[in-house]
Amino acid sequence: MDNHSKVFPISHVVGFFMSLVLTFGAAWIALQSSLSMKAVMWIIGTLAVVQAGIQLYMFMHMNEGDDKVTNNINILYSAFIAVVIVAGSIWVMTSGHSH
Amino acid sequence: MSAKVNAALPLEYQTEQNRMNILGFWIFLGAEIVLFATLFGVYGVLGERYAGGPAQKDIFVVKDVMIQTFLLLTSSFTMGISIYEMRRSNIKGMLMWLVFTLLLGGGFLFMEVREFMHYVHEGATMQTSAFLSSFFVLLGTHGLHVTIGIGWAILLMIQIFQRGLTPVTARKTFIFGLYWHFLDVVWIFIFTFVYLAGLVM
Repeated sequence: MDNHSKVFPISHVVGFFMSLVLTFGAAWIALQSSLSMKAVMWIIGTLAVVQAGIQLYMFMHMNEGDDKVTNNINILYSAFIAVVIVAGSIWVMTSGHSH
Repeated sequence: MSAKVNAALPLEYQTEQNRMNILGFWIFLGAEIVLFATLFGVYGVLGERYAGGPAQKDIFVVKDVMIQTFLLLTSSFTMGISIYEMRRSNIKGMLMWLVFTLLLGGGFLFMEVREFMHYVHEGATMQTSAFLSSFFVLLGTHGLHVTIGIGWAILLMIQIFQRGLTPVTARKTFIFGLYWHFLDVVWIFIFTFVYLAGLVM
């Protein structure tokens, strides 16, 4: 209970600052840099995943309470299914398998 | 069993029932991730089929998208502060930050509706091309979630006014917080893979 009565929500402020840096950093890399399309996509995709992690662990308290292991398995499994759906759909529909 | 209270935990975790409700909501969010994944998948497949209509570069307005992103990011932060105040039993602070959250969410919605109207005005409607159909369905589903969230939080605030901060209202507020942060997570991926990717192509 002790760490819930702190006067200043430092982890929230840090999380907010990090998410702003990641967002504007991604925008800068995408719109201002002269990297290749592929490099840009890998970098901003990674930044998005990092930022999602910040939301989940710093704002949503995913690693808190008795159910944290279940929460982590649930979200990781959902993320896996999400990747299979998105990458799988694009792969099947664009790489000649639909012809 | 369900009436057993563990006062060492934050209010929203104190009863078995509350812990089950919160876990259940996490599982719902897992299903929401998959729902949005299907919409991202559709957009990923159809996003470059313009049928003679406009492409991403022709219609996206960078400045407006950055403002929307900033509003939603900030609202996620203020939501976090609201839960933080709730855990300090500061009901006034909790409601104040919740109101900020809703104002920022409302600002986001206003910008999004204006953006959609701008597109339609430019002749980029849902019927124009497969790109725009999948775009409007993905963005519209997210915007609908934000709209429902605002209505939900208003009802929640009425209940907090009536009943004060109890384990039940604390749990409901915490669950709403999870929902709101989740919408920000979805937006991060829309911002990255729809807007930024569309402007790079």
